[in-house]
Amino acid sequence: MMNASKKQKLVVIGNGMAGARFVEEMVNLGGQDTYDIAVIGEESCGNYNRILLSGVLSGSHDPDDIFINPLEWYAENNVTLHSGVRAIGIDRKGKMAYGSGGLLLPYDKLVIATGSSAFVPPMDGLYDDDGDFKKGAFVFRTLDDCASIIQHAEGARRAAVIGGGLLGLEAARGLMNRGLEVDVVHLMGWLMDTQLDPLSGQLLQQSLEGLGVRFHLEKLTTAVLGDDRVTGLQFKDGDTLDCDLVVMSAGIRPNVDLARMAGLHVRRGILVNDGLTCRNDQDIHAIGECAEHRSQVYGLVAPLWEQARVLAERLTGRNAESAYAGSRVSTKLKVMGVELAVAGSKDPLDDDDEVVTYVEPNRNVYKKVIVRDGRVTGAILLGDGLTMPRILQAFDRGEALPENRSELLFPLPADAGPSLNVEDMPDDAQICNCNGVTKGRIIAAVDGGCRSLKAVCDATRAGTGCGSCKMQVQAVLELAANGLVADDPSAHYYVPGIPLTKPELVGAIKAMELRSVSRVFESLAGGREDAGSKLGLASLLRTIWGAEYEDERDARFINDRVHANIQNDGTFSVVPRIYGGITTPDQLRRIADAAEKYEARMVKITGGQRIDLLGIPKEHLPAVWQEVGMPSGHAYTKAFRTCKTCVGTEFCRFGVGDSTALGVQIEQRFQGIESPHKVKLAVSGCPRNCAESTTKDVGATAIEGGKWEVYIGGAAGSRVRKGDVLCITDSHDETVLMMGRFMQYYRENARYLERTYDFVERQGIERLRQILVEDGEGICDRLDRDMQAAVDAYQDPWLEADHPVHPNQFVTTPAELVEPATAAR
Amino acid sequence: MVLITKAPDVFAVSDMSSCGTHNLGSAARIPIGEGRRFEIAGTSIAVFRNRQGRVYATQAECPHRAGPLADGLLGGEALICPLHNFRFDVGTGEPLGNDCPALRTYLVSLNEAGEILVAISGS
Repeated sequence: MMNASKKQKLVVIGNGMAGARFVEEMVNLGGQDTYDIAVIGEESCGNYNRILLSGVLSGSHDPDDIFINPLEWYAENNVTLHSGVRAIGIDRKGKMAYGSGGLLLPYDKLVIATGSSAFVPPMDGLYDDDGDFKKGAFVFRTLDDCASIIQHAEGARRAAVIGGGLLGLEAARGLMNRGLEVDVVHLMGWLMDTQLDPLSGQLLQQSLEGLGVRFHLEKLTTAVLGDDRVTGLQFKDGDTLDCDLVVMSAGIRPNVDLARMAGLHVRRGILVNDGLTCRNDQDIHAIGECAEHRSQVYGLVAPLWEQARVLAERLTGRNAESAYAGSRVSTKLKVMGVELAVAGSKDPLDDDDEVVTYVEPNRNVYKKVIVRDGRVTGAILLGDGLTMPRILQAFDRGEALPENRSELLFPLPADAGPSLNVEDMPDDAQICNCNGVTKGRIIAAVDGGCRSLKAVCDATRAGTGCGSCKMQVQAVLELAANGLVADDPSAHYYVPGIPLTKPELVGAIKAMELRSVSRVFESLAGGREDAGSKLGLASLLRTIWGAEYEDERDARFINDRVHANIQNDGTFSVVPRIYGGITTPDQLRRIADAAEKYEARMVKITGGQRIDLLGIPKEHLPAVWQEVGMPSGHAYTKAFRTCKTCVGTEFCRFGVGDSTALGVQIEQRFQGIESPHKVKLAVSGCPRNCAESTTKDVGATAIEGGKWEVYIGGAAGSRVRKGDVLCITDSHDETVLMMGRFMQYYRENARYLERTYDFVERQGIERLRQILVEDGEGICDRLDRDMQAAVDAYQDPWLEADHPVHPNQFVTTPAELVEPATAAR
Repeated sequence: MVLITKAPDVFAVSDMSSCGTHNLGSAARIPIGEGRRFEIAGTSIAVFRNRQGRVYATQAECPHRAGPLADGLLGGEALICPLHNFRFDVGTGEPLGNDCPALRTYLVSLNEAGEILVAISGS
């Protein structure tokens, strides 16, 4: 038990979306071992989801439904909340925060998360004699504002909203739902002018006019009319508008007065570095809408939550080096039921930027993508939900785009499969077909607190099978989370148990010379072993260290401990190596003998042109291997597997290349070399492609003239993708060399469990050709050498039949009799 | 090394004690960080030895699809079932992040000689 008085004092000013999320992260990361946490919150309630205020206004949500952390949460988690208190000063020298009502809180670390407030444009007649807003005039920022508007709307007939931005349009929708006529007054020439370009703004306006909203553009409001209550608006051009309720939603301003008074550096927001620390005070941090990081002030929830996470990781020491590098902001919105997504910049920034647009005024569909260096740097997508996820993903991940941009802009045949329109599905609709997870189950998990794709998948197992439903799971998550979707940072870690990306992890492993999985946990995870991280670490360490890797068998999956594939009854399958699918009568006899002698329950021809003996108990594995006298076929591990072939020029009358000889050469060279995921190979003797080389991870197809096309990134599993041609080669040796070079690059750069078809898409075929064919980075020789070293280090694991690594390696139940202890003593 | 070429159930230990503590022999019989299955007095259990040197005992098969838990992946006190990756706390038997029923656990300890002692009570 830690002595409370020894703990540091952490004070958080602000209990909104950023501040409360930060406190949650601190609690989750064990921050209370180090800190006593106190929060100053101006509103008198707990923390609620501000995004849902428009839902409360429109009547679709009850105020009670939008609380994230009610007051009880703070008490239950030993967080002191001073609610209804306004922070009024910071004494940096004395390290003290002051609140209204005489509150005085000493701090060791201070976090400012004061958010922003509504900007109220200067207008005559807005205030009454007491200095309050005239009756009927409101801002729309807090739950209290919301309650006041709803109350006044009951006796009102016609509402005006000043501001045609996102929040203003949300307010307009809410007021329409309450039965009012609604006019939106906007200063600029088109709606949502910060996010949209003129044309998309006009199309959005058309959509919304169809719903009954009236718009008045390029109108500067100069006065609020009415004696004791609002009766209309006066514009600069002399026009007037009758209304009995007005909501001012003309933008937000960061709340920085407190910070400015305390002498902290402030521009538009409070200036912070990548550690979210104030420039001139190491003990004060700022996050959320009040913070300015690399000239950006963010107003969306995702960046706020990223900041909260980074700061919590730093302050708890869970990852003291954690840094916030800014956010790529993309967001999906529903503006009065009209689907809209925006990302990055809305206009090209220089002449080299490529702009791809598609406009269909009849359906109010607009798609605009801004491309720089083959990657999306901005997008506006209106009225078409189907292509949004793919384009936003390409933006978020900085993926290389297809040469043919229309592939990006329009639904692919694959998109037509599982519908992303999950809103209309019944709750019992099955989303994950591998694990039988329904929409209702996913919603329940989200309601239960899961806010990231990873958390939902972990909790429901949806998407943990073949993974092809993940887009749909994400869609249900977004539907159910009401805008509170978080990006789980561990999704970017190489393994979940160590908070480092792959390049960071590789750097640390090399610098600290960590050669075993247990050493990695000791040095990089504070000694905390994580079972779910072991396999990924083992794969990585083997690629980094090769022969110097210190193998620990408990870091292997059971398949790799006993070199066979575990089956649903706990028995194993044995697949001997049959190079290129070419066997002999002698091999077949030995396989048949082993199958009989050890009573294989099934003998099956596999899809990879081999023979599988199924139903073998673990104890029998070494004996079966000895009986067949063939090397392991690696049908069980994340490694290069088998090379499928057709007969090619040896027998086929159409063959133009010796596909069997090349296939055998490939399989003999790359057999069993570990990789981030399994790698399937094939060689076809002519473009008829009988060995299906174009849908393998790595394939070759003979073409006339003694040449070979080398394909990478093909798939014919839960996803179907035609591979890309990496290059055309002139010989078997050159083909093998190029395949090996790609495979080594894949081994080094892919994420764990990332198949080549995702890897190739992520890297982009043009870039891969640049690196692997044209040697643009000067690494080809090195890649070839490292692949040769991996080939040289290969050993048939089935030799462990004669030399087991532990006497009980293949033993299920240790054989010696178990004595009752009483008898033994 | 003697290769064992008979099905595991042959090594089931006959009922020697209806209730009591059983000595499973040296902990070294279980490779570090792994588990093995034991048949004791008609009860199948999985016994684990983690890298921190502590031992744990649970029921041998998972409640979901009878997965052989001794073949699972162990890290600290978390065990991942080899068939469908459900996780359990081997100390308490509680499921981790899934709604599988909890595993039955058994009292297990090491004596001074480094031998594993397991208490099996009742059936």
